[in-house]
Amino acid sequence: MASLDVAKVRADFPLLSTTVRGGKPLVYLDNAASTQKPQAVIDSITRFYTKRYSNVHRGVHELSELATGDYEQTRDKLVTFLNAGCREEIIFTHGTTEAVNLVARGMDEQFKAGDEVLLSEMEHHSNIVPWQMLCERSGAVLRVAPIDDNGDILMDALEGLLNERTRMVVVSHTSNALGTRNPVERIAELAHAHGALVLLDGAQAAPHCPVDVQDLGCDFFVLSGHKMYGPTGVGVLWGRREELEKLSPLLGGGDMIETVTFEKTTYRGLPQRLEAGTPGIAGVIGLGAAVDYLDGVGMQRVAAHEHDLLEYGTERIQSIPGLRLIGSARRKAAILSFVVEGIHAHDLGTVLDLQGVAVRAGHHCAQPLMQRFGVVATVRASIAMYNTREDLDCLASGIHKAIEVFCE
Amino acid sequence: MSELRELYQEMILDHGKRPRNFRAQDGADEAAGHNPLCGDRMTVYVRVDGDTIEDVSFEGAGCAISTASASIMTQALRGKTTAEAEALFQRFHDLVAADGNDEGIGKLAVFKGVRAFPMRVKCATLAWHTLRAALDQQDEEVTTE
Repeated sequence: MASLDVAKVRADFPLLSTTVRGGKPLVYLDNAASTQKPQAVIDSITRFYTKRYSNVHRGVHELSELATGDYEQTRDKLVTFLNAGCREEIIFTHGTTEAVNLVARGMDEQFKAGDEVLLSEMEHHSNIVPWQMLCERSGAVLRVAPIDDNGDILMDALEGLLNERTRMVVVSHTSNALGTRNPVERIAELAHAHGALVLLDGAQAAPHCPVDVQDLGCDFFVLSGHKMYGPTGVGVLWGRREELEKLSPLLGGGDMIETVTFEKTTYRGLPQRLEAGTPGIAGVIGLGAAVDYLDGVGMQRVAAHEHDLLEYGTERIQSIPGLRLIGSARRKAAILSFVVEGIHAHDLGTVLDLQGVAVRAGHHCAQPLMQRFGVVATVRASIAMYNTREDLDCLASGIHKAIEVFCE
Repeated sequence: MSELRELYQEMILDHGKRPRNFRAQDGADEAAGHNPLCGDRMTVYVRVDGDTIEDVSFEGAGCAISTASASIMTQALRGKTTAEAEALFQRFHDLVAADGNDEGIGKLAVFKGVRAFPMRVKCATLAWHTLRAALDQQDEEVTTE
């Protein structure tokens, strides 16, 4: 396998050649928050709005057929991209958060008091709060599987928390704050052995490594369009067909119905049953272009390139005096989360920004995790396929500059 | 790196590292402030005699901007009336978040560089919002959101 041609990839992303803060070349390392868009994605949206725009699933006219075709084609692309069983298993949402809520809300009727939801200590708020809300509505109990100091789930503890009351196990495939790649196949095996279903938060997985939902053994997998080079406002819920069938619709409205009378409404089958209202058509079409783009580069190549950068970046920064990496899991995605003694994460973020280096500084929507590590906030540099070793050199020299200003 | 020095002036770095009046006060009016964006928390203690602020202090953990802002605020307010404190907050707010000038606000002028960083305005104003809550005897935690 030839390695990823990063110069070629970079040339496809117009924003990467921009300058920030008065002429500094942009070093974009905030990819876990959102990725930049390749020209192919931008063009697909322009083409849709300038040549093929209409609503979907409704009109008898040609434009509606074209729009519907483009929209539905993305569903087919995702079937292949995720190795889903069939196209009915791909549900478009407005994002990962909505996808999680679609499942959690949709399970209301399946949950009763005393049931349990098990999640990990490293979850993103969007994979905590919807389950907490489900517990509040149903009287179910939220259980938390702890992690160790490296950011790995304590598997014995997780196993010990599983019991016959556990109905759902929800875990991030890849942690947005630590980079931990969880042993999700094993977690799914354990969960299923106890009769529980498994939802994986794949927002940080889909853009960075090959994903095969059948191999993973999960029941639901959620992802975000804008974190995988697609537009904002679009996400995907994949679920096993028989489990999606059991979900009650989160939203009622147009497109999800078969017949409506004032006495009774019958719903359509999947996927429409879970996609009420006019969807984010352009976003879905843009996501299709992003999937094509990723297929073109090759997920294996993306993963290998990012892993090289993770190793290089880790080496570059972990020798910096006073710097503490938060997250050194056995299997790790290309996320470098850290704190530097004597410098608050926000100040460090601002100093890096002034040098053109865009990172995230904060709690990364994972406040319980920050508490676990005894920090209020960290700086997170998150790597994408278009990053280079030079970007990580800029990060390291930016940190040195901050130390010079704050600690000397 | 002139913008960097423009924002992080020596006085800010100094107060950020060695905050003044960094202590709790038993029996003073107090309020808690929280910036949910970054998780920073602080408590401001204020002792008022009649209309006059006799002593202000604070405790908490925050970035250099929020710590220095709290520290310099405590120095600026001692001996001021509560009405003067409110007026000063308004001037300070206009300096960092709007188009106010830095005339007559003394040391607080070092925060003028914050205006170029809208994401950091809340860091600079957290202490002031918390002070206002302490003066108003608000029991609920103040947030910058």
